[in-house]
Amino acid sequence: MSTSEGKMSDLGSSAPWPAGAAARPKVGARTIFFGLLLLVAVTLPFISKNFFIFQTTVVMVYAIAILGLNLLIGVNGQFSLGHGAFYALGAYTAAILMETFGLHYAWTLPIAAALCFVAGFLFGLPALRLEGVYLALATFALAVTTPQLLKLSPFEGFTGGVQGIVITKPGAPFGLPLNSDQWLYFLTLAIGLLLYWLVHNIVHSRTGRAFMAIRDNPIAASSMGVNTSLYKATAFGVSAMITGVAGSLGAIVIQFVAPDSFTFALSVQLLVGLVIGGVGWLPGALIGAVFVVFIPNVAEEISKGLAGACYGVLLILVIYLAPQGADGVIRAAVDRFKRLL
Amino acid sequence: MGWADPKGMRSRMSAAADDIRADAGQPVIEVRDVTVRFGGVLALDGVSFDIRAGAILGLIGPNGAGKTTLFNCLSRLYTPSSGDIRLLGRTILRQPAHKMAGMGIGRTFQNVASFHNLTVRDNVRVGAHSASRSNVASDALRLPSARRSEREIDRAAQELIDWLELGEVADRLVAGLPFGWQKRVELARAMAAKPKLLLLDEPAGGLNHDEVQELGGLILKVRDEGDVTVLLVEHHMGLVMSVSDRVVVLNFGRKIAEGTPEEMQKHPEVISAYLGGGDE
Repeated sequence: MSTSEGKMSDLGSSAPWPAGAAARPKVGARTIFFGLLLLVAVTLPFISKNFFIFQTTVVMVYAIAILGLNLLIGVNGQFSLGHGAFYALGAYTAAILMETFGLHYAWTLPIAAALCFVAGFLFGLPALRLEGVYLALATFALAVTTPQLLKLSPFEGFTGGVQGIVITKPGAPFGLPLNSDQWLYFLTLAIGLLLYWLVHNIVHSRTGRAFMAIRDNPIAASSMGVNTSLYKATAFGVSAMITGVAGSLGAIVIQFVAPDSFTFALSVQLLVGLVIGGVGWLPGALIGAVFVVFIPNVAEEISKGLAGACYGVLLILVIYLAPQGADGVIRAAVDRFKRLL
Repeated sequence: MGWADPKGMRSRMSAAADDIRADAGQPVIEVRDVTVRFGGVLALDGVSFDIRAGAILGLIGPNGAGKTTLFNCLSRLYTPSSGDIRLLGRTILRQPAHKMAGMGIGRTFQNVASFHNLTVRDNVRVGAHSASRSNVASDALRLPSARRSEREIDRAAQELIDWLELGEVADRLVAGLPFGWQKRVELARAMAAKPKLLLLDEPAGGLNHDEVQELGGLILKVRDEGDVTVLLVEHHMGLVMSVSDRVVVLNFGRKIAEGTPEEMQKHPEVISAYLGGGDE
């Protein structure tokens, strides 16, 4: 068995799926980069206008939702066109607990997380029998059903029916010298970092390797002792949990939930963000979220009447220029930079 | 057909194999009257044999003889219509496929079934899955128990990487490795679960002459140093005859002969099965 060194140097580009971060070279530069990014994130709310702070918070909310989707699609290889449903479940859980039951918003997050985990796990069980496009259809059905269920009259007392629920904006606790937008920004940042840490840990653990093994070869994974049913349902549960927490945060930040905010279009937006950021690459979620939140505005500025078409053209352009998402671009840039040195 | 014995391999194995034979008592695996029906087709018809601890058993037979069916019964992908398979005296037929690794049966795949987008090291780490414990919560929170388990997995993976000389490719993606290397990775991955029985499904497929030689040496090394019993399902006669202690021959779902490689090469029924004609 002879090795050919030459062939192996371009392994990264030959992989159809991006691998876990373990495969990429370890650079001290990365720590510095993320440190600077965090510094910018912490100073940003003190130097920008409230509306921009609000928009950035929404970006982080989407980034968390995309992170959850990435764990399912990128890491575990299960497809979902219906993650908007789990986002909606998280959002409505927070809204109903706050407005109907008068619960403090901080308590709604762990409750929504637990509820979405259970919902995702249970949905993941029947989904075990479905692969590829069939799973996509089943999750599509979930996305289409959700807004209808939220409008149903028997639940109207809780959900507010078509009108939705308006939420009171929480202010900063403990007398912190922050306005409401700044506080919610920091709250979202902190929860986002926590969830990122958790997902990162999972990906680099025995559980995460089992997820990826199932993605790459389910029969071989089973032969290695991986209980594929349990791990696939678990991946669905954790993924739904993270996206659900994003939904709760989104509801609190936007101060409003209504069925038509959670249509199939939301699920597609999350998927767009995932692909733009790079499937399987965790930090890509933030880049994907920036795209999903800001590019529609850019498209509208180009042409009010043809905003949708402009968005489409921009999307095609990005996919054409970066077919592997931000992940591929950054990887290529890092490679080139290294070669220069 | 290459019946010839590749030079050196046989002599290298005999000494070590003799040691093991000395204390070989209980068979590691007992296959008893295993019958498999697919609709009206009898894929396996009352097949029985044992594999003694530390032995390499070659399972051969023409295409359609039932080798793969038997292999799939041993890895619990199929359940026999009747008969029993016992590992160290315990039946395996009541356990699901994913419990086989934990029970002590490891396997490799025909045409390789690596986790392509993981590194060699991570492939081997997945192999240690059944030999370690953790859950999603302990892993997500990096609890001390999960960190301890991770350190053990890392150490075991590093040992296997050193042992099977995978060091220079350890942190590369399997997807870009040459075929022969991927087979070696699969072997390391299977051994990470510390199996008592290792099932090899046509490992010589797709390898050239030199690579088959090297593979033969590797199988003997794994058996001798890895404390494992081996079932080798193989088309490549040269490999089977050079590394096996015993050979079982299947034809049309029935066992037609069993014995040493030398005996099998002279056995009239085996010869006629391979040359066509015969009594079937």
